[in-house]
Amino acid sequence: MSRNAVHAWLLVLPAAALLALFTHWPVLGTLWDSFHATSKAGRPAPWVGLENYRVMVADEVFWRSLVNNLWYALGTIPVSIALAIVMALWVNSAMRGRTWLRMAFFTPTILPMIAVANIWLFFFTPQYGLLEQFTSIFGMASRNWLGSPDTALGCMIVVAVWKEAGFFMIFYLAALQSIPPSLAEAAALEGASRAYYFRRVVFPLLMPTTLFVLVNAVINSFRLVDHIVVMTKGGPNNATSLLLFHIYQVGFSFWDTGYAAALTMVLLAILATTAIVQFVFLDRRVHYQ
Amino acid sequence: MRRLETAGAWLLGILWILPLLYAFWTAFHPPEFSTRFVLAAPLTLDNFRRAWEAAPFARYFLNSFMLVTMVLAVQLVLCTLAAYAFARFDFPGKDVAFLLVLVQLMIMPDVLIVENYRTMSRLGILDSIPAIGLPYMASAFAIFLLRQTFKTIPRELDEAARVEGAGPLTVLWRVYVPLARPSYLAFGLVSVSFHWNNFLWPLIVTNSVTSRPVTVGLQVFSSGDQGIDWSVITAATVMTSAPLLVAFLLFQRQFVQSFMRAGIR
Repeated sequence: MSRNAVHAWLLVLPAAALLALFTHWPVLGTLWDSFHATSKAGRPAPWVGLENYRVMVADEVFWRSLVNNLWYALGTIPVSIALAIVMALWVNSAMRGRTWLRMAFFTPTILPMIAVANIWLFFFTPQYGLLEQFTSIFGMASRNWLGSPDTALGCMIVVAVWKEAGFFMIFYLAALQSIPPSLAEAAALEGASRAYYFRRVVFPLLMPTTLFVLVNAVINSFRLVDHIVVMTKGGPNNATSLLLFHIYQVGFSFWDTGYAAALTMVLLAILATTAIVQFVFLDRRVHYQ
Repeated sequence: MRRLETAGAWLLGILWILPLLYAFWTAFHPPEFSTRFVLAAPLTLDNFRRAWEAAPFARYFLNSFMLVTMVLAVQLVLCTLAAYAFARFDFPGKDVAFLLVLVQLMIMPDVLIVENYRTMSRLGILDSIPAIGLPYMASAFAIFLLRQTFKTIPRELDEAARVEGAGPLTVLWRVYVPLARPSYLAFGLVSVSFHWNNFLWPLIVTNSVTSRPVTVGLQVFSSGDQGIDWSVITAATVMTSAPLLVAFLLFQRQFVQSFMRAGIR
């Protein structure tokens, strides 16, 4: 190896070692552990083959969490992306008070999810909560929003949309600012309506941003469960249990490491699929330039 | 039509800020006014005093501060070195190594909690601040961002410095780092807010007052013996968010631009 190559590897080495220890090794370790029972009292864990996966297929809470997670993603992602686009268009226009609007939309992004969850928990509280006070004005019956399986997941979706839309807005704002104003002028000269201009010019130009945001939104919907821990603990009756929350419970409430590893494999498979989709549709340009 | 749109925008803006205003109202008013919105309600800092006395928040803040500083410092050093190698060196295995780095963009330490907990346990550093930070210290995101930035710096500057007899590290420090300042600021803000706000992993690895960051401290506090004293819990919530919130309100432009820069790739 040339001296240059040795230098390069020395530069990469510290970061590579930490990455290997805390990303690559755990991925392999998860796979390995998923074929083992949980070790008890310091003895090495016995090989159990596919037993953990068999348990998983029969685990109702797992299926519930997976389905919940899909609904959660389906509820969160399109709404927050649509809102993000609308917010970005507004903030980017010559509207009065747009600096204030940008601040209002973006603020939830920098708040800790756990703080946000506490605030919303109060918001949804039966009787005292702001929501209850508001609905009672209209004479609607009192209900326990977080305590009922029909509405609890919906509440989680509302919180996630509120937290994320402003974050995604930023990326759309950047994309909008890179669209040359001459396009809008040309469209106006041709007599195109604003709606038409948005649909035929702006929206297609925003496509790469939408893909980028989409991938981020998918990852976030499987990665972030802070609000679940604070607001519902997966309840009522597992109505708000998401995949990572189930892993957390199995791994750190029941201390069943082997089974938690099998569950983690499902999560890793979902993330890997997302990565492949992104790689095929989006990132070729970036990796091989 | 335009006016209607402005009204809609403002309505959404108010709706978006409402939960926060609500939290501030509750935090700064006596408990009996926590959900009664009367203008005559007296302002008070008593909720903050009670929260501060009820839990070791000073220690939690110190822990969070140490965590955020430690993580950022190590990230900056390690990722600068790696990004420099990926941007300006040719070496065998470079493409594979870079792909392996990018894996972390998808599979973040957040989802590897079970295995990383075992690793920390084997290393014997459970319940310590380094244990919270370690999985995040080699940040694929930072390596990626800095590599992109370094690639835009003209090679001539690099070569000129080499002709003067400067070694690779001197060139890195004298040429690349100063020119990449905006990227460092962007990454710094994103990293600090991420680690100040991080919750699940710190919740898992920490177990005592001396290592808990504020987010975990807040959770322990609000789910503990507070019952449902919302005024105090909300005061504590506002308190934990305050450092970032104040920084954001002061440096709004930098924050927004940093998050923007961090997202464009």
